[in-house]
Amino acid sequence: MAERKVTVVAEVGLHARPAATFVQAAAKAEGEVTIAKPGKDPVNAKSILAVMGLDVRQGEEVVIAGDDEMLLDELAAIASAP
Amino acid sequence: MRLQGVGVSTGVGYGPAYVISDAIPEPPAGERHDGDAEAEQDRAAQAVERVAEDLELRGSKAGGQARDVLGALAMMARDPGLAVEIKDLVATGLSAPRAIFEAFQKYRDLLAAAGGYLGERAADLDDIRDRAVAVLTGRRMPGVPAEPADGARPYVLVARDLAPADTALLTPAIVAAFVTEDGGPTSHTAILARAMGVPAVVACHDALSLTGDLLVDGGSGLVVQEPASDEVSSVRQADASRRALLEAATGPGRTADGHPVPLLANVGGPADLELALRNGAEGVGLYRTEFLFLDRAEAPTAAEQAEAYRAVLEAFPDGKVVVRTLDAGADKPLAFLPPPGEEPNPALGVRGLRMFRIFPDIMSGQLGALAEAAAGLTAQVQVMAPMVATAHEAAWFAAACRTAGLREAGVMIEVPAAALRSDDLAAEVDFLSIGTNDLAQYTFAADRQLGTLSKLQNAWQPALLDMIAAAVGSHGKPCGVCGEAAADPAMACVLVGLGVTSLSMAAPALPAVRAALAGHTREQCRAAARAARAATTADQAREAARGMLPGLGDLGL
Repeated sequence: MAERKVTVVAEVGLHARPAATFVQAAAKAEGEVTIAKPGKDPVNAKSILAVMGLDVRQGEEVVIAGDDEMLLDELAAIASAP
Repeated sequence: MRLQGVGVSTGVGYGPAYVISDAIPEPPAGERHDGDAEAEQDRAAQAVERVAEDLELRGSKAGGQARDVLGALAMMARDPGLAVEIKDLVATGLSAPRAIFEAFQKYRDLLAAAGGYLGERAADLDDIRDRAVAVLTGRRMPGVPAEPADGARPYVLVARDLAPADTALLTPAIVAAFVTEDGGPTSHTAILARAMGVPAVVACHDALSLTGDLLVDGGSGLVVQEPASDEVSSVRQADASRRALLEAATGPGRTADGHPVPLLANVGGPADLELALRNGAEGVGLYRTEFLFLDRAEAPTAAEQAEAYRAVLEAFPDGKVVVRTLDAGADKPLAFLPPPGEEPNPALGVRGLRMFRIFPDIMSGQLGALAEAAAGLTAQVQVMAPMVATAHEAAWFAAACRTAGLREAGVMIEVPAAALRSDDLAAEVDFLSIGTNDLAQYTFAADRQLGTLSKLQNAWQPALLDMIAAAVGSHGKPCGVCGEAAADPAMACVLVGLGVTSLSMAAPALPAVRAALAGHTREQCRAAARAARAATTADQAREAARGMLPGLGDLGL
């Protein structure tokens, strides 16, 4: 399983529209995709409620993990977009 | 059945009742299905999917911001974690409605505990849950229908109370009148109804039991179920002749002896302009800009703001447009402007200008967009800040306006401290504008959303009149009123008598106020103000003032 570690820079954190875009992209994956704060338990990246529940604020790091390298790149780009 | 409430928006409405009943009841704890878990799981999944589809459909109909908001709700409904949870609960024997209820409960508690932005999403989950439970139990989904009830006839919307989000898509073509059990003269329902020019009756006990065709008199507060046809026509006729009398008064606002009192409109966005122009507004006395900011994840861009501001400025090329900067916080929280900490009393918390002290970028962004919009246009642009308490705050805001290139800066008088020291505040700015709704709320320590305290929200309370007199002060700077009080013709005369220099109100109220002012001299207005302040109670004040204003009766006001 591959990983990407990125910093969320959007003012609203990984909430609202950024969260929705992120989950929509993750839902395209065939296998499991997770997102976590470093050192914490990962949650299902396809679940909007789980991603919102992580409460990722502006400036916080997240670790995205999955098998599809291309999708991980896409998710990393969404998560780190301003 | 005949019910008596408080009329808060004049006019007569007649149409079929559409009752928004109370929240969907909780499915009983431990409610079980009949044994076929698989069929029950399908039933639950289908209900949730139907809710998601309905949300998406309503979103694409509304377009714009609403599509994003409702699309996100649909995504929550389709959440895979939630689906697994519901399935598992049904497998343990719970009925589909109960399983949905419990599954949502887990997530909503999680969000509610996080507070702030996430806490607000808990209400979204409750809404989705109620919709799914409604589908399963054969109830109508909650929410306000955005189409006339039976084809072409607008309906009378009956509810306990209405939230701004409920009513965003409504127009007079859809709604003939509003009737609510709760609410007072300054509740959201009342303000929205006046802005739309739709009759409304609030604080109407037992309204939720109304059915069939309703006749609503937004002046007297009377609501009649299944009225006789001659009653409908006589009430409508009386309303029409009253309107004709009022429309006879035209031109700029002035007293009978020619003292000018500019009559301005309160607007919430470019959509309100037509009504303002149609009712002869000389300008805008309160442009509420928060409608640009509500229900979105990020602040609108400078270009988007400038466009919305320009639309209003262009509508009044020779007039004055008073723009109120973002009034966020309290009952209007914004996702991107979270309060810095827990606020046990949001109305006393970080709102209005206080928010700008923490987020100066939002302020400079808004002021910059305003300056950009004003460039090259002829309208007289004035900018004012809400929730100002001290001369120091007023000076800080005025300096920010000047830096942005805006010439005229003012502050609202909503806090008793600002009213009492109005001369100090006026020395720092170019004008003052009294927001009577909040000034009453803070003077009487009475929440303006609470129907039970609406007597304290009455603008005729002598203490509020004293507070307004203090705000007019002796500074000589222009001091307008942009609260709901200005929309009451008798009160408008009293305000002019107190020395108020301009009046701004929901546009449909302008003709009556124009006629009332034209029917009395400035000295009569002063006498009415003195009589009102000499009274002890609100009712006495109103009666005493009306005694000095003989022209009101002739106008049927």
